[in-house]
Amino acid sequence: MSEPLDDVAAVEAVNVLPTVAVGEPLLEIRDLKKHFPLTQGIVFKKTVGHVRAVDGVNLRLARGETLGLVGESGCGKSTVSKLLVALEKPTDGSIIYKGKDVATMGGRALKQYRREVQIIFQDPYASLNPRMTAGDIVAEGWSVHQDIAPRKGRLKRTQELLDRVGLNPDFVNRYPHQFSGGQRQRIGIARALALQPEIIVCDEPVSALDVSVQAQVVNLLEDLQDDFGLSYLFIAHDLSVVRHISDRVAVMYLGSIVEEGTDLDVYGSPSHPYTQALLSSVPVHQPALRGLKERILLQGDVPSPANPPSGCRFRTRCWKAQEICAVEPPALIDRGQGHPSACHFAEARAVVPTDEV
Amino acid sequence: MSSIVPAPAADPRGGTGTAPLLEVDDLRVEFRTRAGVVNAVNGISYTLDPGETLAILGESGSGKSVSAQAIMGILDIPPAKITSGRILFEGRDLLTLDEEEQRRVRGPGISMIFQDALSALNPVYSVGFQIGEMFRAHRGMSKQDAKKRAVELMDRVRIPAAAQRVNDYPHQFSGGMRQRVMIAMAIALDPRILIADEPTTALDVTVQAQVMDLLKDLQRETGMGLVLITHDLGVVNEVADSVAVMYAGRIVERGSVDDVFQRPAMPYTEGLMSSVPQVEAKGGRLVPIKGQPPNLANIPSGCPFHPRCHRRRIGPEAAPGRDCAVDRPELRLVVPGREAACHYSEEVLGV
Amino acid sequence: MTDPQQQVDLRHDEVQAGTTTVLGEPSVDVTDARQNSLWSDAWAQLRRSVIFWTGAVLCVLFLAMALFPSLFARGVDPRDCDLTNSKGTPSSAHWLGFDQQGCDYLANVVYGARNSLLIGVLGVLGVLILGVVVGAIAGFYGRAIDSILSRVTDIFYALPLTLGAIVLLRVGPSTDIPVINTRGPGAVAIALALFGWMTAMRLVRSQVIAVKSSDYVAAARAMGASDYRILVRHILPNAVAPVLVYATITIGVLIAAEATLTFLGVGLQPPAISWGLQIANGQSLLRTAPHLVLFPSIILTFTVMAFILMGDALRDALDPRQRS
Repeated sequence: MSEPLDDVAAVEAVNVLPTVAVGEPLLEIRDLKKHFPLTQGIVFKKTVGHVRAVDGVNLRLARGETLGLVGESGCGKSTVSKLLVALEKPTDGSIIYKGKDVATMGGRALKQYRREVQIIFQDPYASLNPRMTAGDIVAEGWSVHQDIAPRKGRLKRTQELLDRVGLNPDFVNRYPHQFSGGQRQRIGIARALALQPEIIVCDEPVSALDVSVQAQVVNLLEDLQDDFGLSYLFIAHDLSVVRHISDRVAVMYLGSIVEEGTDLDVYGSPSHPYTQALLSSVPVHQPALRGLKERILLQGDVPSPANPPSGCRFRTRCWKAQEICAVEPPALIDRGQGHPSACHFAEARAVVPTDEV
Repeated sequence: MSSIVPAPAADPRGGTGTAPLLEVDDLRVEFRTRAGVVNAVNGISYTLDPGETLAILGESGSGKSVSAQAIMGILDIPPAKITSGRILFEGRDLLTLDEEEQRRVRGPGISMIFQDALSALNPVYSVGFQIGEMFRAHRGMSKQDAKKRAVELMDRVRIPAAAQRVNDYPHQFSGGMRQRVMIAMAIALDPRILIADEPTTALDVTVQAQVMDLLKDLQRETGMGLVLITHDLGVVNEVADSVAVMYAGRIVERGSVDDVFQRPAMPYTEGLMSSVPQVEAKGGRLVPIKGQPPNLANIPSGCPFHPRCHRRRIGPEAAPGRDCAVDRPELRLVVPGREAACHYSEEVLGV
Repeated sequence: MTDPQQQVDLRHDEVQAGTTTVLGEPSVDVTDARQNSLWSDAWAQLRRSVIFWTGAVLCVLFLAMALFPSLFARGVDPRDCDLTNSKGTPSSAHWLGFDQQGCDYLANVVYGARNSLLIGVLGVLGVLILGVVVGAIAGFYGRAIDSILSRVTDIFYALPLTLGAIVLLRVGPSTDIPVINTRGPGAVAIALALFGWMTAMRLVRSQVIAVKSSDYVAAARAMGASDYRILVRHILPNAVAPVLVYATITIGVLIAAEATLTFLGVGLQPPAISWGLQIANGQSLLRTAPHLVLFPSIILTFTVMAFILMGDALRDALDPRQRS
C-alpha cells in the first residue's frame, strides 16, 4: 500500500531531535521509578508511605521493533505507559528519546516528543469523546500540532487515514456510539497515526474486543508497522497475543522487569521462576498439547506495592528463595542463558509445550 | 465418543444409561425493546450428564449468557420473554412450574457464578454472612451453624485463613479470592449443576488457572455437572469435555473438545481456531474472520454467519436447497459424535 | 437499517481478510448496543414525550406573549386606563375585566409576561455563566483552587436566595454601580443570579471531576493539548447535561422568585408591569374583586410549570440509565 501522506511540505514538522535509523535504539528507559504518595488526613495531608508502582524499570526500544510488556494486574505496566506519554512525571530515573532526556527537554523538543510518541487505550468505549465525530477525533492532533497538516487538506487526509485503518471514509461525520468496539479501536489507531508518530504505546489494545475482531486489529497494527516503520510498546496480559506480535518481550512483576529477551528466549526457555510460573498457567489451545505442561503453583498472594519485600521482590512466592534473595536485589543481567534475567538462581526450563515435529 | 443410540436427535456423547441432569429443548428467548424485537436465543438444545463439563463457546452477541440466565430463571421477564422451549432439570420442565415451585426446585439444584464477583457480592455484608445466607434461607439453620458451615466452605474453596477472614467484607479480598467466595456460595447447597458465566475473564492468568483447577476438583468430588460459558479457547480445551459453539443465538457446532478443536466442521469454528494466537509458538499471520459479530435485532437471513463466511455458496454456486443466504442450516449430525449447522460441513471436515 | 448505502459502507469495512467479496443480503448491522446519550438520541426520546410537548407548547405560547404582546392583548394599551372602569368584572369585550386603576386587565397580564420571561432568562444566563466557569475551574484544577472556590460557594450557599436578593435590591439604588442602582429587570436578574448560582457550580464541578479521568481526556493530554482546549472541547461538552436540565427548571423558579420579590416590594416597581405587582396590588381586594389576584396567579403558575415540565422531560431524556 502506498503512503497517503506524501505532502512533503507539510510533513516537515518541527524537528529538533535527531533522526534515528532502522534498528537503532530509539527509546531507552533507565531505572525508571514512579512512587505514588499515600496520604492521610483531609485538610492537612500527611504522607505516610508510597505505592511503588514502577520501581526501577530498564527497557530499550529500537526503531521498527515491537517490544511486548507482560505482567499481571498491579505490576505497574499501565503506569509505565502513562510515564512514556508524559501523562505522569517520573519520580526518578530517565526516559531517553533519540538521545535526549525527556525531563530536560525544552518547549519545542517536548512538543515533538509528544507528537512522536502516541498511545492507544484499552477500552474502545471510553477512549473516544462521545460528543466528537470520528473525523474531529482523528484530526484533533493537527489543531494541537499546527505544522503537520495545512488546514485546507485536512478533511481529505482524515478520510485517507480512516481508509487506511479499514473504515469507510464516509464515516467521518459519525459519532463513536454508531461504531462497534473493533471499529472504535481503529478510530483510536487513526488518531494516533495522524501525528505521524515514531512510537505507539499500545496499552492492552485488543483485550476488550471480541476474539474474532482481535485478529483484525492485530493484523492492522502489524501492517501499519511495516508501512510506516513504527515501533510499538505492546502492553498486555494476554501472553499469546504478545508472543505473536512482539519481537522482544519483557516480563514485569511488582514494578520491575524480571526477564527480557526474544520470544523464543522468554517463551521457549524462561529462566526466571515468575516467568516459568506465569507460562505454566496459560491454557493451551491444542488438544494434543493438553496435559503436557506441568503446572507451577505459586504460594501466597502478590505483595502490596506499598510494601514490597526486601531484596528480590518475588522471593515471598518463589520456591527457590534463599537467604541471599532477601538481602540482595538481583540485577537484570544475562546469567548464562543468553538473555537477561533478574534471579540469583536463574535456570532455563521449557515450560510451554510445543508440537515440534 | 461415538453415538450408541441412533435416534433422530442423536446425543453425540452417547448414553451410558444415566439420565441427563439437564436437558434444554428448543429454547427461544426474545427481548422486546423500543427499537424492535431482539432474538437473543433462537432454538438451542443440549443435554448435560452428571460429572460432565460442557463448554458453551461464543462471542458477544451469541446469546450464551442469556440462555444461561433463562435456565437460572434470572431473566428480567419484561423485556425478555421465553417464547418457547423446555428446560428439563432432573426430568421436570422448569418452565411449566409456577414461580415459587421454580425457586424451590432451582435453588438447591442449580447454581450460577458470574464474571464480576465484586458486583455480584453485596458490599455491605461480610462474606461469612452472605455465604451463611444460603443455609439460613434454604435449610433454616441458625446463625452460628450457618457461620460454621461458611468457614468450612471457605476452606473447601481454598481461601487461606478462612476462620479469620469470615467476617471480612468483599472489598477486602482480591479478585481471585472474591471469585472463590462466589464459588463457595454457589456450591453451599450441593447443587447438581453449576453454571459458570465467564468466571475467569476478569482474572489474571495465574489466578485463572487456580480457579479452574478448583472448579474441576469440586466437580470430581461431587459429580455435579458444569456448564462453562466462555470465549476463551484455551480454557475450553483444558477444562471441558464437550463444547457447543454458539453464534447468533444458535448452536452451530457441537461435539467433544478434541474433535471440534482439531477438525472443526463449521467455518465459524474454523475461523476462530485460525484467528487466535497461541502461546506455544509465534505463528504466522493471523487469519481473522472478517466483519463483526451480528446484531441480534437484525440477524442475517439464511445462515446467520454467511456475511462473514469465506466458504459460503450463494445463488448459482449453491446446491439446491442449500443456498447460504436463503436456507438456514439446521444442526445436524455430520459424522458420528459431531453436529454442525452448516450446509457444507462435509467439505469443511474434508470427508 | 439495511439500505444500499450501508452495504457499500460495509464492503469498505472488510480489511484484513484481503479479499473484498460481495456481501450477501441483508447486511450485518454495524451499530453497537451500548450507546452514549447523544443529543440526537435525547431528541428522539423527547419527541415522544407528552410532558415535553406540553411544556414546550406552553413555553412557546408565553414567549410569543412576551415578544408580541399586542397580539394577545387584542391591541389594547395596558396603560390606557379609565377610573370609571375600576375593578370591572370580566366580560366578552374585556376578557379579564379591569384592575383598580381601570386598566384593561388582559393587556396588563399579557404585558407582564415580558418582564417575567426577561428576568427568568437573564437570571438563568447569569447562573449558568457563574456556575459553569467557577465549577469548571474548581473541578478541573482541583486541590487548592478547588478548596478555595468550594468554600466560597459554601459561603454563598449560606445566604438565602430571597434574603440576599432583597438586601441587594434595597441597597443597590444607593450605590453607583450601574444596572444595580436601578430597580429594573436587569437588577432583579443580577440579584437572583448572584444568589442562585451555587447549585449550578456544584453540578458542573462534580461532572467535570467525573469526566476528567476519562481515557479520551488522557489521550488529548498525551497529545499535548492545552488546558483550555481540553476543558472546552472535551470536558465541558460532556459535563453540561445535568446543569442544562437544572437551568431549564430554574427559569421557572426565577420567574416565581421575581414575582415574590416584586410582591414584597423590593423587585420591580410601578410603572413596570409585573405579575408580582398585580398580585400585590390585588391582594387587599381579594374579597371584592378576586379576579385581580386570580388571573396573574394562574398565568404565573402555568409559566413556571411550562419550564419545569420541559426540564423534567429533558432530564429523563438525558439520563443514561433510562436506556436499556
